[in-house]
Amino acid sequence: MEMNKEQTQALIDEVLEVYPEAARKDRAKHMAVNDPANPGSKCITSNRKSQPGVMTIRGCAYAGSKGVVWGPVKDMIHISHGPIGCGQYSRAGRRNYYTGVTGVNAFGTLNITTDFQERDIVFGGDKKLEAAIDELEQLFPLTKGLSIQSECPVGLIGDDIEAVAKKKGAELGKTIVPVRCEGFRGVSQSLGHHIANDTIRDHVLAPNEGKEFETTEYDVAIIGDYNIGGDAWSSRIILEDMGLRVVAQWSGDGTLAEMENTPKVKLNLVHCYRSMNYIVRYMEEKNGIPWVEYNLFGPTKIEESMRKIAGFFDDKIKAQTEEVIKRYRAQWEQVVAKYRPRLEGKSVMLYVGGLRPRHIIGAYEDLGMEICGAGYEFAHNDDYVKTTPEMKDATLLFDDASAYELEEFVKKLKPDLIGSGVKEKYVFQKMGFPFRQMHSWDYSGPYHGVDGFAIFARDMDLTLNNPCWKNMQAPWTKSDAAELAKTA
Amino acid sequence: MAIRQCAIYGKGGIGKSTTTQNLVAALAEAGKKVMIIGCDPKADSTRLILHSKAQNTIMETAAEAGSVEDIELEDVLKVGYGDVRCVESGGPEPGVGCAGRGVITAINFLEEEGAYEEDLDFVFYDVLGDVVCGGFAMPIRENKAQEIYIVCSGEMMAMYAANNISKGICKYAASGSVRLAGLICNSRNTDREDELIMALAAKIGTQMIHFVPRDNIVQRAEIRRMTVIEYDPKCKQADEYRALAQKIINNTMFVVPEPCTMDELEDLLMEFGIMEVEDESIIGKTAEELA
Repeated sequence: MEMNKEQTQALIDEVLEVYPEAARKDRAKHMAVNDPANPGSKCITSNRKSQPGVMTIRGCAYAGSKGVVWGPVKDMIHISHGPIGCGQYSRAGRRNYYTGVTGVNAFGTLNITTDFQERDIVFGGDKKLEAAIDELEQLFPLTKGLSIQSECPVGLIGDDIEAVAKKKGAELGKTIVPVRCEGFRGVSQSLGHHIANDTIRDHVLAPNEGKEFETTEYDVAIIGDYNIGGDAWSSRIILEDMGLRVVAQWSGDGTLAEMENTPKVKLNLVHCYRSMNYIVRYMEEKNGIPWVEYNLFGPTKIEESMRKIAGFFDDKIKAQTEEVIKRYRAQWEQVVAKYRPRLEGKSVMLYVGGLRPRHIIGAYEDLGMEICGAGYEFAHNDDYVKTTPEMKDATLLFDDASAYELEEFVKKLKPDLIGSGVKEKYVFQKMGFPFRQMHSWDYSGPYHGVDGFAIFARDMDLTLNNPCWKNMQAPWTKSDAAELAKTA
Repeated sequence: MAIRQCAIYGKGGIGKSTTTQNLVAALAEAGKKVMIIGCDPKADSTRLILHSKAQNTIMETAAEAGSVEDIELEDVLKVGYGDVRCVESGGPEPGVGCAGRGVITAINFLEEEGAYEEDLDFVFYDVLGDVVCGGFAMPIRENKAQEIYIVCSGEMMAMYAANNISKGICKYAASGSVRLAGLICNSRNTDREDELIMALAAKIGTQMIHFVPRDNIVQRAEIRRMTVIEYDPKCKQADEYRALAQKIINNTMFVVPEPCTMDELEDLLMEFGIMEVEDESIIGKTAEELA
């Protein structure tokens, strides 16, 4: 459904109508009609506390640190410090794929928690944390380090996890990182990303400043790719084809040593800006390493990003990049030829974390689809500024939308496909809308890179053109009118 | 008759634990069945009754056993002088953990274990001086203690504290049956102390239930980990605690306090010459500037 600016604004007003005045005033600031001509303006308010009484899809600071930034670092154990729930419900991460043998050089699937009891609250959890670290050292002596991920009570009772980390770190000769990512801090997981970045700076980069490492002219690091469904791997193929050497993956399939070596690279490549811009800015300031954002979703953006990255290197890389692009074209032209006719003209509504709503747009457009509405859970203003030019005029933009708002938008916009999280998935499927879970790629992936694009296109086709959507009406309700007519 | 549950609050170091135990000993002597619940991680609310340094606390015993579910009432409830039943909530050493949560857990444990179901006449909660968080307000929440006695003296900070505690009582009085039952003046031998505390009591709408004079025999008894009632029942100080006990038995004045404003309190202190009239010209001036 094509909408002009007035129609989109009318839709926003209509959805807001049911709210009491204070909530309406607040929520109005979180919705906007896209104006690509005016990207610098503060079009939309973001990174604010969610309204009470509505279901938000946001996470907490612990989710941002343990679940996103630290969790995928595979040769460390990440201790959920506090009561059992947080550790249990974040178990095994977010399908951050990794190679390695569990318990030997990879620990991602282990669920380690200090399992606070009443007595740990009353008497403090420090001793238990020390005991846990000792036990882990006995059970898994090959870990390269540990991180302590604070759950809420740790901050309330003031446990001194820094002292424990320091003491045990010296004792074991390992990196032990205390992370103050208590869930009540901040308005979403976004603060957890920031806190986690700061702990990497203080406990991984700073102590290893000047560490020996054999470098080349073509060293780069992938920053902010969590290798969901193997995304970082398919990105790595492209970079290596271009002639670059990928020294580190932050943090999907990543290791502690890779992070330590990163301050020696020539260029930091930022995939998820929202969750890791902090650390690349630090390395830029401290080590003089430039950084650049890239986007490997869909042919158009891949080509654009490859050239942008090659621009930082010599003519050899630039020439090789052009060669590679030619080779890739043959591959993705086939994908486009196969799927575009099946997806052409379809509309998509996206509501994901802090990056994907703007990053995936190009991939949909390569398949002839268009975005009719997009929003972020935990983006900041700079993310919206970057989003505005990517979208067509008058597209609906929303920030931290509630379940109610999202449903109303969907009812009005009637998108052909919705991409959001698992809490949204079943609601919209029951409403008869094709839906993709765009946090975990709906247990598929990778979607990055050339290989990923083929899987992405196939998945969208599978979902959108699934015959089940033609059978949304129960047969007995369908035949009623006809049967009634017969008996009349 | 229903159990009368009383909580003793007051500024830290004012003598709450000593007063409570001497009072409880006097009540026991008068034939009342009493239980003391110490709500302070220092666990010094029952030592004079039990002649011990510090009894095994609920939280420490629970921590050793695993959790509170793993312990029995008799593991932590000790009987001392005059059949006074004693428990201490216990809690962490200073600087770690959450003492407030310890109080909450301990009191919940006592309720679940039926500690209050005995034919008790009185329960006394002896609470940490500063109500620093919700945990230390536990004894006056959810219809536990209904009578609050505030121990104070004629010192300025003790009176500030008494007034602040009254504010806290107001908060819980609105939603429950907790009432202020009186101020106990534990004398520090300041000038016109009794009159001052009576005036303060009148201001906040309560009474000075008793004036306990200062007597070194209290300290002599304490060294022996005893109350004066037990150490020297014939001494004058013992009679003072007996008088306090009788007044509490017969007390019917339970009020929702009307705490003073800071200005009112300061006026009162100035009236009694404890506080000088404020000289605005010296505020923020260093010694050098004033010289």
